[in-house]
Amino acid sequence: MSLALATRFARRELRGGLLGFRVFLACLALGVAAIAAVGTVQSAIQEGLQREGASILGGDAEAEFTYRFAREDERAYLESISNQLSETVDFRSMAVVVRGATPERALTQIRAVDSAYPLIGSVTLDPPMALPEALAGTATHPGAVMERVLADRLALTPGDIFRLGAQEFVFSATLERYPDNASAGFGLGPRTIVLTADLADSGLIAEGTLFSTQYRLDLPAGADLDQISQQAKDRFKENGLRWRDSRRGAGGTETFIERLGSFLVLIGLSGLAVGGVGVSAAVRAYLAGKTGTIATLKTLGATRGTIFLTYFLQIGALTLLGIALGVVLGGGIPLLLAPLIEESLPLPADILLYPAPLIEAALYGLLAALIFTLWPLARTEEIRAAALFRESVTAGHGLPAPRYLIMTLGLVIMLLGAAVLFSGNLRLTLWTAGGIAGALVILALAARAASWLARRTTRLARGRPALRLALGAIGANRGETTSVTLSLGLGLAVLSAVGQIDGNLRTAFSEELPEVAPSYFFIDIQPNQIDGFRSRLASDPQVSSFDAAPMLRGIITRINYRPAAEVAQGHWVVRGDRGVTYSAAIPDGTTITEGTWWPEDYTGPPQISFSDEEAREIGLQLGDTVTVNILGRDITGTVTSFREVNFENAGIGFVLSMNPAALAGAPHSWISTVYSEPEAEAAILRDLAGAYPNITAIRIRDAIDQALDLVGDISTATRYGALATLVTGFLVLIGAAAAGDRARTFEAAVLKTLGAARGRILWSFTLRAALLGAAAGTVALVAGVLGGWSVITFVMEGDYILIWSSALWIIFGGILASLLAGLAFALRVLNVRPARILRAQE
Amino acid sequence: MGNAGPVDILHDISLDIAAGSSLGLIGPSGSGKSSLLMLMGGLETASAGRITALGQDITALDEDALARFRRGNMGVVFQSFHLIPTMTALENVATPLELAGHKDAFERAEAELEAVGLGQRAGHYPAQLSGGEQQRVALARASAPRPRILLADEPTGNLDEATGKAIMDLLFGLQDRHGATLIMVTHAPELAARCDRVIRLRDGRIEPEALKGAAE
Repeated sequence: MSLALATRFARRELRGGLLGFRVFLACLALGVAAIAAVGTVQSAIQEGLQREGASILGGDAEAEFTYRFAREDERAYLESISNQLSETVDFRSMAVVVRGATPERALTQIRAVDSAYPLIGSVTLDPPMALPEALAGTATHPGAVMERVLADRLALTPGDIFRLGAQEFVFSATLERYPDNASAGFGLGPRTIVLTADLADSGLIAEGTLFSTQYRLDLPAGADLDQISQQAKDRFKENGLRWRDSRRGAGGTETFIERLGSFLVLIGLSGLAVGGVGVSAAVRAYLAGKTGTIATLKTLGATRGTIFLTYFLQIGALTLLGIALGVVLGGGIPLLLAPLIEESLPLPADILLYPAPLIEAALYGLLAALIFTLWPLARTEEIRAAALFRESVTAGHGLPAPRYLIMTLGLVIMLLGAAVLFSGNLRLTLWTAGGIAGALVILALAARAASWLARRTTRLARGRPALRLALGAIGANRGETTSVTLSLGLGLAVLSAVGQIDGNLRTAFSEELPEVAPSYFFIDIQPNQIDGFRSRLASDPQVSSFDAAPMLRGIITRINYRPAAEVAQGHWVVRGDRGVTYSAAIPDGTTITEGTWWPEDYTGPPQISFSDEEAREIGLQLGDTVTVNILGRDITGTVTSFREVNFENAGIGFVLSMNPAALAGAPHSWISTVYSEPEAEAAILRDLAGAYPNITAIRIRDAIDQALDLVGDISTATRYGALATLVTGFLVLIGAAAAGDRARTFEAAVLKTLGAARGRILWSFTLRAALLGAAAGTVALVAGVLGGWSVITFVMEGDYILIWSSALWIIFGGILASLLAGLAFALRVLNVRPARILRAQE
Repeated sequence: MGNAGPVDILHDISLDIAAGSSLGLIGPSGSGKSSLLMLMGGLETASAGRITALGQDITALDEDALARFRRGNMGVVFQSFHLIPTMTALENVATPLELAGHKDAFERAEAELEAVGLGQRAGHYPAQLSGGEQQRVALARASAPRPRILLADEPTGNLDEATGKAIMDLLFGLQDRHGATLIMVTHAPELAARCDRVIRLRDGRIEPEALKGAAE
């Protein structure tokens, strides 16, 4: 085998131009470009978050406590390691404006700050002024700033008075930008900033109410973040401290971006898989046209190795060209659209050329191209010199030589390895890869089934020539049927799965949940307010029911005196703080599944009733001891019963309940859920919020809407990914249609000779494309529905319902794409004169 | 018309063919015999002149009208058979009958296949048939609608001698049975000799001397 010789041959062959390789190049470039673009934007966001880490966090590091301020020793420690310390308090409340008889209320997320705020970064206000000036307020009222959306909702203009709890504030300015807004995570209301000191008389921050405190640290230059973080975590191991530093200032957001990015890259890989089908078909068609050349080369003495290398080098050169195009597009388009992308993202992003995502995309492209071209290339070895004399000896439909199978397997493993390495998530990669492979297998089998079915149903179409011709073509052209089903099917299957999951979540959130969910969720009801609260609701005939429960927050630190995280292996119940309640009697609607509830007047050692499902998951037995740290105090109790808790209906569900005496003296507040007629909601809110200004009402509808927005954003991102796959699939279809052009031209010529008018031939082609598209759409729908059902049933543990609108769109989309591609070439075919075609074949 | 521009193939052709007769067209390669046949079948359009078939001026018909005219009036047999590869033998034969709207298309197609001796191969696809069998299917397809004109373009050109003879027997048998007019292009003078009349083309013109029958 001579590389020089093969290179010379390859160069000569490529002089013929790239005309037959347009689909090859487009498929590869598009697949690589999609992955490169997603990676570039992801890198840009990560870079932006890194750069802005300290200002997003509001400090070099942050210590956060839930439902309490730092104790003196804790604060002293934090002060000892920092140049400067800033304390903020974060909680929800109602902003109230009184105009006339009916006060207007809106939920707000309050950040109460000290004079050191913000440690890093700056606050921008409108009208422009310094934050201390804005918070200073007037002679009679302390000042507050709030986000525009909230000010607009309450129709506030600077100088207006509003209330938080029992404290009145003057609205000084709208909050345009502030440094620590990306770290707040899932907030339920627009932000209001006030001074903590000004809340002293508001009745909002009392022991037992729901708030968190953040201590932002300005660390000395060159401080070792790793060391400090470890020290702090060790020191406050059981104090419920959460520690973050500027390296991951955006914490959850960063993880979310990483996950979403990885997921989209994996969706991009499915696009590359579909593109691979087109790449493979293009190489096969090219080599089929080269049978004569290959046979001639063999006749002249070329070895199998030289022939393989000749075509491998050609395809290799084209692959590099396709990848280069993809990298330029994928890296360049985000760069061109940088202002637009940066503007539309809620996060800082530095859109530049990042080598890593481009290399990643190029590597995926290279591996995918090799995987999909190796088998067709291996076929060149099977072409014998005798092909010059007899066409039939070129056939070869079995598997290629074992060495090619091993090479293909090796390449697939390398691709998977690269995906795991880049996404950093083995499970996600394997599930996605399994999903793509599974979908491809299902689609290939379905294509065979469609061909079989078409052959069987041809008889039924007798007397309808156009339909019979269409069915005959589908039945006999297994290659075309497979090509259409695979290329369209994968993109449609992903779209279908997204549509089903999105639709199910939407239905659950917007239709099922409100039926069982309460109208309002009230928090921060003080123990001395609960009786009045109850009597207001009990006297209202429009309130169908309400629940109220005392609520404390605690961290499960030990199980049987061993570290809980170790025993429960990181189960969500032992991560962070959990709601804890107490009750003398078994609450209504609670079922004890095992053990016994304590007597109503029980005052002995603490007893615990644990949620049945979670207890099973972490392996708790009756008689085990559980230690809960509540506001710094350890309470150890014995598990004496398990009970069923339903977390799904947005009612009150506590994993852990104790006997009242066990929690006596621990400061706490009450929470309540209220189920009422929609028309009574406004009056309930007015009365309760009027009587108890410190309590916060969360309208469940608003929370649901916010969750729906998030679901919408994720499914939109996924849909874009799937659309890239579908566009690639469409390119493959165009390629397949172009390859089938000759056969269709011949068919049209014969049919015209037999007396078929053009309309009838066109109708037959239309039927064929529509049937193929419908078949691909249906199979994709089944695959997508299966995927959606699995996710909803097993991951979300919900009840699956078929979303018809999405399902019908998928089938319609399949038909439309297939029709467009199939008919793109049909019109020219129809106008060809039969004699020319038929005589050309003589 | 190729990319190289228009080429004049046929000149001064004036020809009447009696209904029910058979005509052999012979001549060297490139003499225009297949072009003439295609013009007569309305498969190609003439740049000038007029062609009348069964009293109808087919040069005045558009593409679709020509297709409808061929339906039931003309059957064409090609050298390369030109069966539709995605259809079985039976379906190939039934297609022109279906296009002509015959309700019993498949029954008649079956009978037609029986008549050419391929009743047992009705469910086979073209790729599963030999050349001779494919041409017999093509013959059955051409004759199934009982056309009044049968056009054959070197129907034995791709077959061995014995198979070719069998095909010719079938072709003339069908013409006899149905009383159709047969116009056949061939290279082989002995096959042409089986026709009632033979004319020779050279450089796109009919040679003046009649080889057989009366040249007009």
